[in-house]
Amino acid sequence: MTSPDAEPTSLYTAREPIFPRRVKGAFRTMKWWIMAVTLGIYYLTPWIRWDRGPNLPDQAVLVDLANRRFFFFTIEIWPHEFYFVAGLLIMAGLGLFLFTSAAGRVWCGYACPQTVWTDLYILVERWVEGDRNARIRLHRQGWDGEKIRKRALKWTLWLLIGLATGGAWIFYFTDAPTLAADLVQGTAHPVAYLTMLILTLTTFAFGGFAREQICIYACPWPRIQAAMMDEDTLTIAYRDWRGEPRGKLHQGEVAEGQGDCIDCMACVNVCPMGIDIRNGQQLACITCGLCIDACNDTMDRIGKPRDLIGYMALTDEVRERAGQTPKSVWSHVFRLRTVLYTVLWAGVGIGLVVALFLRSEIDVNVSPVRNPTFVTLSDGTIRNTYDIRLRNKSGSDETYSISVTSEAGLVLRLEGSADALVRVPANETLQQRVYVEAAPGSAAAVADRTELRLWVADTGSTARVHHDTVFNGKGQ
Amino acid sequence: MCAKQVTRKPSEPVGTTGHEWDGIEEFNNPMPRWWVWTFYATIVWAVGYMIAYPAWPLISGATPGVLGASTRADVAAEIQRFDEANAGIKAQLVAAPLASIPADQTLMAYAEPAGASVFRTNCATCHGSGAAGVEGKGYPSLLDDDWLWGGTIEDIHLTITHGIRNTTDPDARYSEMPKFGVDGLLEDAQIDAVVEHVLAISGQAHDAALAAEGATVYADNCTGCHMEAGEGDPTQGAPALNDAIWLYGGSREKIKETVVYARFGVMPAWAGRLTEDEIRAVAAWVHSRGGGE
Repeated sequence: MTSPDAEPTSLYTAREPIFPRRVKGAFRTMKWWIMAVTLGIYYLTPWIRWDRGPNLPDQAVLVDLANRRFFFFTIEIWPHEFYFVAGLLIMAGLGLFLFTSAAGRVWCGYACPQTVWTDLYILVERWVEGDRNARIRLHRQGWDGEKIRKRALKWTLWLLIGLATGGAWIFYFTDAPTLAADLVQGTAHPVAYLTMLILTLTTFAFGGFAREQICIYACPWPRIQAAMMDEDTLTIAYRDWRGEPRGKLHQGEVAEGQGDCIDCMACVNVCPMGIDIRNGQQLACITCGLCIDACNDTMDRIGKPRDLIGYMALTDEVRERAGQTPKSVWSHVFRLRTVLYTVLWAGVGIGLVVALFLRSEIDVNVSPVRNPTFVTLSDGTIRNTYDIRLRNKSGSDETYSISVTSEAGLVLRLEGSADALVRVPANETLQQRVYVEAAPGSAAAVADRTELRLWVADTGSTARVHHDTVFNGKGQ
Repeated sequence: MCAKQVTRKPSEPVGTTGHEWDGIEEFNNPMPRWWVWTFYATIVWAVGYMIAYPAWPLISGATPGVLGASTRADVAAEIQRFDEANAGIKAQLVAAPLASIPADQTLMAYAEPAGASVFRTNCATCHGSGAAGVEGKGYPSLLDDDWLWGGTIEDIHLTITHGIRNTTDPDARYSEMPKFGVDGLLEDAQIDAVVEHVLAISGQAHDAALAAEGATVYADNCTGCHMEAGEGDPTQGAPALNDAIWLYGGSREKIKETVVYARFGVMPAWAGRLTEDEIRAVAAWVHSRGGGE
């Protein structure tokens, strides 16, 4: 395949280190706030207490794997209600579609854990080793005392952040104060330590060293997003018709025929992805907005209008090049596509909320026994069997009565119980074998199939649920 | 988007791999070098894995690996762990009076799934995976209220322990129906008459005149086991003839076949093959299928 005169080229190259410079501005401030809120939620949520009464955990958000329950404030999700989780995932997906089609890679630039933790790690790096130029110097100098000391301090702080990250994760799965005490005393489950170790190391490696490589090489989302963006999507763009031809500006000189870009490299130096936005929108750009802040700072200094680099839709770029005024941001954001995504997102959300309030305290699963489909008793009675799984989701022991309604006269009996009553302890599941019988020669006994409805009613309250199923007769 | 995708550093010129087809050149966007090192690391890991764990297939078995890992041994250890965990409840099941088991929720919570498992492994071959038997073939359904040898849990336990009409267990319950036809005990006409009588007592269409004749034949030859009204006798495994359930079929032809050739269903004894707790578990399971007495 290789042409014979091709020079040998390496297919691999060392990563070129990136030393993002410090920057101030609106986007940087917003990113600090988003970091504080998202990390705050992540680290503190497991410690919120929520009184649910006896026998139930008092942690507001808890994934109770041992008892197969998910607690979220007032909501309690059982495994068979996993569709709620599926619904939330669908909402998260549609939400991502919505934000991406409206404003491009805002998830990548502001909210993605990879971005947030990398930002935090760079903050620590800058705090220990200094800003861009100092870090480049340190990178180039040999392993002397200063470098060893600074690297050791930086890595220690990174590891501590990683440890806190892994630690916070496991608190979502067990009672946080208990587990914290166990962790300190060394009596926690080995899985807890192992999970912490893995998450500590991945946080350390991803936030400290892999950084932009995760976005460029590992993450599928940048590739998928291209399908969601169109010419009305807001992305970060460089106004090259205003900036070019670029050139250095020297104090006291008037640069004739030169664009607004003075090639100060501020946009490149602040970029955590190590790219030049002036080359146009590109795969590696996570649209974090830091180049906008950096450029605006420069424009302010040289007395030129802001937004040489800014958020812009492709249609506006065309308009601006032609000398027309761009449309308002909102006219880009509100368009058929985003409205459709919003409607779908809200539809799923409303459906979930409705389902949440329609949940009954009793949950019934009916499995008709089909092996055999019916049993003939000695007097010719035809019997069908149903295994009913009863879940008592109320906090107290309950007695349920089971009954059958059908157009045909069917009789119901329970295995091991003379009356049609079943006692189910609080928060437990019980399987009950139920027999439905049709008298010899009756319509249901002779027919192929007869519709019937099984009722389960709580004798202590008005709660009752039903399940429709069929009765199999002998058929003709 | 008219995005131009560039992953190289802004300062670098665009490199190509040197590949060129009809003027189309291939960009070289080199992979990070640590990827290739990670790949080499996986090879090193694989070598270590081959030394530590069973890896190379040999004629019988495989190289054992220095860690001595064995999934077979893991399974054995898991089974032993469950056996130890269940030892207490099994002892309780064996010690409990049989009649008390069906009402004991703790014992049944163990016996139900354990019995179902024993049944599927050992009994389903004849009685069917749903315990419905095979109608007309002589494998009785265990779901109905008609029991050949009694439907109390003690009866079921006895039947499973010793079996029925087998030659291996001296305690197996035994009975045999005479071959009324082939042994010449009844004339053909008598057989036809008694078949009509059986059809009559089981509520099926019959020839009333012939059935009346058959009643006499029945009284003389059959009541010893099948009783006066055809209600059968569980103490000698004689099936009821006056109900809707037939072990070998209830049609005129099938009943005649039964009278002429007789039937001889055998069930093996399970005492030597199943442990007492297994027998009790499966007895409790059978008893709770809807027909238990």
